[in-house]
Amino acid sequence: MQEHDMSWVRTEMALAQPAPPTERGAYAWVRKNLIGSVGDIVLTILGIAIVLWILPQVISWAFLNAQWTGPDRTVCTTVTQGGIQPDGWTGACWAFVNAKFGQFMFGTYPIDERWRPILVAILFVALLVPMLIPRVPRKGLNAMLLFVALPIVAFFLLLGGVFGLPVVETSRWGGLLVTLSLSFVGIAVSLPLGIVLALGRRSKMPIIKWLCIVFIETVRGIPLITVLFFASVMLPLFLPAGVTFDKYLRALIGVSLFAAAYMAEVIRGGLQAIPKGQYEGADSLGLGYWQKMSLIVLPQALKLVIPGIVNTFIGMFKDTSLVLIISMFDLLGVVKQNFADANWATPQTARSGLIFAAFVFWLFCFGMSRYSMYTERRLDTGYKR
Amino acid sequence: MASQEILREEPSRGSFINDPRIRSLFFQTLVVILLFSSIWWIVHNVIENLQRLHIASGFGFLRSRAGFDISDTPIAYTSDSTYFRALVVGLLNTIIVAVVGIVLATIVGFAIGIGRLSQNWLIRKICTVYVEIFRNIPPLLVIFFWYSGVLAVLPPPRESIHLPFGSFLNQRGFYFPRAVWGDGSWLIGVALLLAIAMAWFVAHRARQRQKATGQQFPVFWTSVALIVGLPVLAFLLGGMPLTFDFPKQSTFNLTGGFWVKPEFLSLLLALSFYTAAFIAEIVRAGIRGVNKGQSEAAAALGLRSGPILRLVVIPQAMRIVIPPLTSQYLNLTKNSSLAIAIGYPDLTATAGTVLNQTGQAVEGVFIMMIAYLVLSLVTSFVMNIVNARMALVER
Repeated sequence: MQEHDMSWVRTEMALAQPAPPTERGAYAWVRKNLIGSVGDIVLTILGIAIVLWILPQVISWAFLNAQWTGPDRTVCTTVTQGGIQPDGWTGACWAFVNAKFGQFMFGTYPIDERWRPILVAILFVALLVPMLIPRVPRKGLNAMLLFVALPIVAFFLLLGGVFGLPVVETSRWGGLLVTLSLSFVGIAVSLPLGIVLALGRRSKMPIIKWLCIVFIETVRGIPLITVLFFASVMLPLFLPAGVTFDKYLRALIGVSLFAAAYMAEVIRGGLQAIPKGQYEGADSLGLGYWQKMSLIVLPQALKLVIPGIVNTFIGMFKDTSLVLIISMFDLLGVVKQNFADANWATPQTARSGLIFAAFVFWLFCFGMSRYSMYTERRLDTGYKR
Repeated sequence: MASQEILREEPSRGSFINDPRIRSLFFQTLVVILLFSSIWWIVHNVIENLQRLHIASGFGFLRSRAGFDISDTPIAYTSDSTYFRALVVGLLNTIIVAVVGIVLATIVGFAIGIGRLSQNWLIRKICTVYVEIFRNIPPLLVIFFWYSGVLAVLPPPRESIHLPFGSFLNQRGFYFPRAVWGDGSWLIGVALLLAIAMAWFVAHRARQRQKATGQQFPVFWTSVALIVGLPVLAFLLGGMPLTFDFPKQSTFNLTGGFWVKPEFLSLLLALSFYTAAFIAEIVRAGIRGVNKGQSEAAAALGLRSGPILRLVVIPQAMRIVIPPLTSQYLNLTKNSSLAIAIGYPDLTATAGTVLNQTGQAVEGVFIMMIAYLVLSLVTSFVMNIVNARMALVER
């Protein structure tokens, strides 16, 4: 009897082989991303050259050779320029920023009263942080406190004149205080105004529609500086003799109107993207115009255009720097004003001050854009066609 | 019978307060009344204020003597010229900086935008860093940075930095050789025009032939040969009528050559670097907006990567890119008004000076607004033509 020869059958799955060495690890990554072809190699060498050219200069200027503290210009000037540094020295003069830090933040706000803007800033952060974290409850109350109560409290606290606080005129406000307060009020005003303008532009009433179109297109067609000129030169002419109002308020009106026009166009894009069925569905439920808009259409439309709204906010935040042209001193204005200080006149002053200001602006704008990306992902409910 | 009677009955309309037509009429009348009364109030106040300040209204002031100097004048202008001419000089300066800035921003922006999509990790990261830095900084700050941070701390004219091609860089600006065209140089211009016309004709015929027979013709290289070759031939035949006026270093300053002032240079660099970051994002979004299936289908048809990009991807990406690109061009034009901060005499700066000297605030702001609106409309118009040529041709 012949032995039954059963061919060998494998009973368990073979383990997966690792990818070939050329396709994994650091070498494969380098090959794919840096030296894939001749052109790629050329680009990589070019890139390395750019990095090697810029990075050491930046690091040595901003950190290694930088002067962090010092009483006056001598720490940031070479011997020939009348300072203590060896000839040929270049480095950032952070000592200038350090010495002027209070001014950069508050302008010429009286030193004894600076606790007031600091208190406002603390309140602002305390209300903003829970607003930004989605899990914290009571958003409605929070928004009311942040956008209605806080501006009123901040107004009395910063300006003074009540509860025995000495009055600090707005002409003494400056620095980051002006930048932040202008852009915060601008944001709080321009969003509702932009919504109204966008709804007006899509209204069925011809007169209201055309008024909105003329306003939006005119403002969008001219530079902000012209709007600020308008606000600072023309507004006093528009009012009866003897009635004047504050320069700060005029800038605020200019910036808010300007941002509202851009906001209106962003929101209009969102309104247009909502399918007609949503409007008709709301109508068939018997909702009135404002109910239809506030309960059905706007929540969907605003969600769609969050990136655009935040971009407008960022644009407005950057645009507040233009108020220095109508001689108000925001962060950039104060930095620039201090270049004239003879105590700190060095070749490095302007560069250091401007880079500090740029860093502050960058932090805020970058933060806003990242938060908008996060919100966009969170609110993405798959409503996409 | 009875049911027909009911059908014929007029439906009850309810109270007239709820009639949408009457409501809309009511609200619009209200708005018109409010608008006209506030306009009347404003006009009344303006007239009263002007009378109190003894300012004559109207545009008559445009014909009087300006009495101030302008540093950059593309057309003849002295302080004896009229206000009108001063405003024209300002407008021309705005147009010059806007046009040069748009060209530069487009080149840098496209390069960076394509770089952000590169296969190469290093290039991609460098371009991302560029975009993230410049997008999040106010343009005015960038202008100041170039003006007081970079150009103002360059060496004085005596120790000018020598650059290739006989150009110099110092505190007072950038100097480069000026081309001086001798006798007979008109021939070069004629040759160039002729070459462009011939290249266009060749392209046209090649397209017709490809449609009819399928045969291709190397249009690109022929055009390059024509456009470069013919003017060079004319240049040689005309006895080389081109010379250069090189800037020369004298004791205190540089003489000769073409002088670009630091105000213009910093404004131009700042505006184009700032806008380039936005253009880069637009270009990136445009190229990524083209469906991947398009390039895969083109590859399946046997096209190579160059023609895929040129014939399939870019024409479709341009459709996405052009509308936002237009608004960036408009933004650049409007941002050129920041020139006032560093003293480049653009429209806003000259109009501001005129406004301060004459006190004609209403007219001055009105002129500014109209000029910028017209510039915006012209740019939109040109870009709309480009857009219409690029747009999808649907059946």
